[in-house]
Amino acid sequence: MSQPVLGAPLDRVEGPGKVTGRIAYTADNDIPGMVHAVVVESTIANGRIAAIDESAARSAPGVIAIMTPRNAPRVDARKVDANDSLLFLLQGDAVEFDRQPVAVAIAETFEQATYAARLVRVRYDVRPPTTALASGERFLPDQIFGKPAQHKRGMPEDAFARAAVTLKQTYRTPTEHHNPMETHATIAQWTGDRLTIYDATQWVFGVQHRLAATFGIDPKAIRVVAPFVGGAFGCKGQTWSHVPLAAMAARLAGRPVKLVVTRPQMFGWVGHRPQTEQVVGLGAARDGTLAAVTHDVLSETSMSDEFVEPSVVFSRDLYAVPNYAMSDTLSRLNISKPTYQRGPGESTGSFAMESAMDELSYALGIDPLELRLRNYSANDPDSGKPYSSKRLRECYAAAAAQFGWSARNPKVRSTSRGRMLVGSGMATASRATHRSPCTVRMRMNADGNVLVQCGTIEQGTGTPTVYPQLAAEILEIPPERVRFEFGNTDLPAAPIAAGSQTSGSVGSAVVVAARRMRELLVSHDGKPPADGFEVELEDSPPPEEAEHATQAFGAHFAEVEVDPDLGTVRVTRFVGAFDGGRILNAKTARSQMLGGIVWGISMALFEDTRYDARSGRIMNANLSEYLVPTNADIPDVEVILIAGDDPFANPAGAKGIGEVGICGSAAAVANAVYHATGIRIRDLPITPDKLIR
Amino acid sequence: MARTSLSAVALQLSGSGAAVSEPAGPASATATPTFVLDVNGREHQLTVDARVTLLDALRDRLGLTGTKKGCDQGTCGACTVLVNGRRIDSCLTLAVMHEGDRVTTIEGLASGEQLHPIQAAFIKNDAFQCGYCTPGQLMSAVGMVNEGHAIDRNTVREQMSGNICRCGCYPHIVDAVLDWKGRS
Ligand code: FES
Ligand code: FES
Repeated sequence: MSQPVLGAPLDRVEGPGKVTGRIAYTADNDIPGMVHAVVVESTIANGRIAAIDESAARSAPGVIAIMTPRNAPRVDARKVDANDSLLFLLQGDAVEFDRQPVAVAIAETFEQATYAARLVRVRYDVRPPTTALASGERFLPDQIFGKPAQHKRGMPEDAFARAAVTLKQTYRTPTEHHNPMETHATIAQWTGDRLTIYDATQWVFGVQHRLAATFGIDPKAIRVVAPFVGGAFGCKGQTWSHVPLAAMAARLAGRPVKLVVTRPQMFGWVGHRPQTEQVVGLGAARDGTLAAVTHDVLSETSMSDEFVEPSVVFSRDLYAVPNYAMSDTLSRLNISKPTYQRGPGESTGSFAMESAMDELSYALGIDPLELRLRNYSANDPDSGKPYSSKRLRECYAAAAAQFGWSARNPKVRSTSRGRMLVGSGMATASRATHRSPCTVRMRMNADGNVLVQCGTIEQGTGTPTVYPQLAAEILEIPPERVRFEFGNTDLPAAPIAAGSQTSGSVGSAVVVAARRMRELLVSHDGKPPADGFEVELEDSPPPEEAEHATQAFGAHFAEVEVDPDLGTVRVTRFVGAFDGGRILNAKTARSQMLGGIVWGISMALFEDTRYDARSGRIMNANLSEYLVPTNADIPDVEVILIAGDDPFANPAGAKGIGEVGICGSAAAVANAVYHATGIRIRDLPITPDKLIR
Repeated sequence: MARTSLSAVALQLSGSGAAVSEPAGPASATATPTFVLDVNGREHQLTVDARVTLLDALRDRLGLTGTKKGCDQGTCGACTVLVNGRRIDSCLTLAVMHEGDRVTTIEGLASGEQLHPIQAAFIKNDAFQCGYCTPGQLMSAVGMVNEGHAIDRNTVREQMSGNICRCGCYPHIVDAVLDWKGRS
């Protein structure tokens, strides 16, 4: 074949469906006889339900049932494993956080259900809530993702005490809500004891197992469908309360039920990035060589669950630091359970660490990029393992050249454009790549066309496009001849589409299956038999893969303009270069990196969930007060892909690319703001009030 | 603060310890008017609850689910449709108010299998990822041109800022619009 298939910037195969509106997301499905459910959520953040008066709601037109703790079907709300969460399924009267589900209105139409939900009167016994990070009960969790909550290498205290230059600062990142444009939605239909669920989820098999446990039924009796998901960024990884609530409502109503989570409810029970307070200590020699790093993180969790934001991963696994100490402390608050959000850990940790590195560079008078290069690590500094591949130097060089970094005046507050102060800043990106077992089925028909089946989902990452490309490359056929079927639990089991692991997991299974298919083909002289070939296999990471550390890397360079009178910040230019291993499709990969950078700019300047300290209620639970960037907030962004093979990462050779873009990008913006103004902002977001002095 | 000490504080702060949430709803059930809605050049006779928004009428009553609901509050633009050629948030207006108007939705943009050039430009420039905001972005782009705005990079940025894309495709959206209509 003349053109290499792999990596080619092919248009998304589902593109026509998306631009014509023909593709169905969960809430677009209609089932005969379907009725509508609307969740009534708590208006307090701590206490108990004293009484619910649903009489007015029950007699409103079109109402089928009002589900409250009194009549809700008895189900098992407990978590099924350490990563799962307690669900709020109307099994009791305790209220732990603002917008916890307390009742569900079920009616013939959406309007009738919405109206009935507003007629439900709930009386509470209120207790004062705790939503300030500093006020919660503190504890060290038993483990963070299988590792201890405190960890050391070398002699950090001694090295810090002896270092020529030391710096210790506290950095804060706020609570942030994912807010994909598609809100969560579930349609539930019972047929006898069998349950069909349409759900906006990153993991159909996770939903299947959670519901099986909740209802005490065989997972095989539950079919979950979710081909197209309208953005997720982590919040659709867990099965949250509304999913079983929809199925419970369907049981109560004896009809299929559609339950769409409203935008304000997206700030309720569906997860968020926890706020963090991070103390970073750097001890260095005068030449900038790091002798010791300490990173102590305090982050929030809910009353009945533990979620740790693993911010320490970034400082632990990046620079050549012989002496290191970290700790992760949790603070229990009256909030819903936090969860993974794009780049969990590294996104928040990189803000702290890369801001601290910037501070060190100014303290020592060393160029920020040069400081990173002086601490470049050839191996994973914590485990000592070699990286499966690392092209971070190339990322620095390419992005710096494109940005024109060397032309920058290193002095702070030295550059202006008209009235505006201009500054530039940089930061390193790094994000671990994970991989989980994945099963695929591959069929080649007599005509040579191929069908690949795997129960993963499409959330904007290019699933229907890139996996056929991968198979086509190995089978040496045009990608149009490979079709990818995905998005339901009838298909072979895929892991959760999160954690930058889908290209490594699904991609590797596709590679291994395609290689086997090719062997079959060769043994048949290149012609499939009349009934075709079929290969089904589960691919798991072999033990030798653990001999390498697999991380995606990158370098961010940002330019900002700051209005010295108003304190407003605009990002005017952004360049990012990334090492994501082998790139399956340059077009979709570029878009994912771009998306990550936009998230980093957003984290730097906009996103901030605010709790009212007295009531514990979220004050900005909507998209006009919870700010996310609009088109005018985002400058032209240049994404450079430093692509290359990675023979050790996994058979696909791909490192995760969905999250590395957000890691470090907020720090690059904050560092640019410092360069422009001489003001160091250590608590995000960087709002005008913090810059007017 | 230890959790055990909270209850004492609770008693002091909340007095009787009781609070009532009494949201006020509309006073009575609403009327169900019958009217004609012209969508994509086809007339539909509808008899719906007067509370039904144009967005929900399109999606739930006419099965035109290409138009998306992102917030139901007029803050995201996912529900953008054209009414008499101008873009509006269809979640912020009631269906019954649009008798006699020409409503154009994403389903009315292509001619059969032939994509509208802005749709083709979105695909070519990868101006979407999850695709959920995309119908709204496309209708907004067409509306912006109808409204006679200059097609340069900054105007497009500004004029397309009523449509949130959480996937962060903004620069590609601008590229697509310029590719279709403009000059940079
Ligand atoms: S759904 Fe109408 S503006 Fe968001
Ligand atoms: S493409 Fe996902 S929100 Fe715009």
